[in-house]
Amino acid sequence: MVDAVIRIEHLYKSYATSAGEFPVLKDVNLTIASGDFVAIMGPSGSGKSTFMNILGCLDKPSGGTYRLDGRNVGELARDELAKLRNRTIGFVFQGFNLLPRMSLQDNVALPLIYCGIERETRRERARELLARVGLERYVDAMPNKISGGQQQRVAIARALVNHPSLILADEPTGNLDSHTGEEIMALFESLNREGITIVLVTHEADIAQHAQRQVHFLDGRIVRDHPTLQVGACV
Amino acid sequence: MTLAMLGEAWRAMGANRLRTFLTMLGMVIGVGAVVLMMSIGQGAQHAIKQSISAMGSNLFILLSGSTSSGGARSGSGGGYTLKVEDAEAIAGLSGVQAVAPIHSGSAQVVYGPNNWSTAIIGTTPSYLDARSWTVIAGNAFTDSDVRSATRVALIGQTSADNLFGDENPLGKTLRIRQSPFVIVGILASKGQGMDGRDQDDTLIIPLTTAQRQVFGSQFPGSVRMVMVQTTTQEVMPAVEKSMTGLLRQRHRIREGFDNDFYLRNLTAVADSAAESTRIMSMLLGAIASVSLLVGGIGIMNIMLVSVTERTREIGIRMAIGARERDILLQFLFEAIIISVIGCLIGLGLGVVAALLVESLTGTIVIISAGTGAVAFGVAAFVGIFFGFYPARKAARLDPIEALRYQ
Repeated sequence: MVDAVIRIEHLYKSYATSAGEFPVLKDVNLTIASGDFVAIMGPSGSGKSTFMNILGCLDKPSGGTYRLDGRNVGELARDELAKLRNRTIGFVFQGFNLLPRMSLQDNVALPLIYCGIERETRRERARELLARVGLERYVDAMPNKISGGQQQRVAIARALVNHPSLILADEPTGNLDSHTGEEIMALFESLNREGITIVLVTHEADIAQHAQRQVHFLDGRIVRDHPTLQVGACV
Repeated sequence: MTLAMLGEAWRAMGANRLRTFLTMLGMVIGVGAVVLMMSIGQGAQHAIKQSISAMGSNLFILLSGSTSSGGARSGSGGGYTLKVEDAEAIAGLSGVQAVAPIHSGSAQVVYGPNNWSTAIIGTTPSYLDARSWTVIAGNAFTDSDVRSATRVALIGQTSADNLFGDENPLGKTLRIRQSPFVIVGILASKGQGMDGRDQDDTLIIPLTTAQRQVFGSQFPGSVRMVMVQTTTQEVMPAVEKSMTGLLRQRHRIREGFDNDFYLRNLTAVADSAAESTRIMSMLLGAIASVSLLVGGIGIMNIMLVSVTERTREIGIRMAIGARERDILLQFLFEAIIISVIGCLIGLGLGVVAALLVESLTGTIVIISAGTGAVAFGVAAFVGIFFGFYPARKAARLDPIEALRYQ
């Protein structure tokens, strides 16, 4: 268990509301090994989005510990968290979240700006990644000129540009038709085969089928955690 | 890294050109107004300084006291209480550089078919020193000319033009009230005096000649006016005191009685004129600065709108690793670029407007590098000052909230 990317112990998260503390996550324990492909499932309000925000170092836990690559995230300063988001984690969102007034190349290169890489190197690396997701012909296109599936590929290229060890995808196929969704999942699978750890949130069972492991949230707790059953296998 | 943030700021500005331009316009107008106002103000100061140096520096004017005869008072200079000997005595005081007794008036002057009424100044050669007036052709008359009351004259540019036209007046003979005078020197042009009179419309002749042969004098040996120049401005108060004491003693004025002469400090008058134009130009600059301030508030306003509008973008940037500092710099640079470019355009327009004012109205306008530097510095400061708050607001956004923002 030395090479666990994520190790979460007794994680609590609550928000202060006018009616007092509102607990969202209650005693969550989860360990994700390097190279794992985990689907996080659960109904709305089960706490899975909050959990993803904490995994992505966008939010801090109220209690318990979260170790990412061996570092205790709860103790890190804001700049340190930004550095983790920049170098260790790659985000893929449901709404793609590309910057609309920038070419695909510049969108993909954007994270590299924040670690001080030269402009030419940035562009070169962005072109490589765009080629990797099959969009080398659209290097100078603007995001609104390509399809949703293509935009999500660009977002994945952006997530990969800084060699992250972990990809966090929040409903990455939520805005896509099922065929395009399958293509995106195939891309994730191939990335996973290259050794990148992937954690994705979804509420679609057939999307979760692509993962090796499924973790179910309900009312702020993990209620089920099991390997994905192969389709056609006996239940 | 900083360079990259500069690039991001530039890109954002290019994405909304009309808004960027309108925001910039506030800066452009502000800086333009400051440059124009300061140029006009400095031009006015320069004009005043020029008239002061044309008048001569560190000058006192001594006027004879007034007399009354039959209830009619003569006004200052009417009493002929000042003697040429008084002038000579003043010349001996310490701190006095030059003393020139003056007997002046105006007279009709004739040369060939031309005639012209001009100011005739009867004085001694030290008058030219006191007024720092030079002779550009020929020579000034000398003290011996004054002693022997010769009929020689120095001619000012305006008088020369009117009497001689294109002819060279040097060595020519003209007539002042029938008496022939030889032009021995031509005076350098001095332009308008502080009172707006043309100082070049004049003839300067020896004091004695003026008294005896041109104007005549009921009181030979008396003058209405003496010009006194001190060595430096600092000694003026001391000289004023010693001069007053000397004259009271010479005129035998007892304690408690009024002076029978008037003493004017011309430099003080000029200085106060210079001071008032300086204050005026500062005032103009201050008023123009208000428009700079308004421009700065405009920048802040637009930047705040921009931060709100781009909340989601800020969230995305934070999610992929932008630190607070990166976001802060990006927005701060945007404000600074807007104000600096606006400032440069404003400088250009201000200079053009100032030149236009100069060519249309003839007002002297001085565009100094200092004015530009001040305007530029203020603009950069305004950019940073008014850009900082919106930029900090952007940098402090919560990434989760920002990402959720629609």
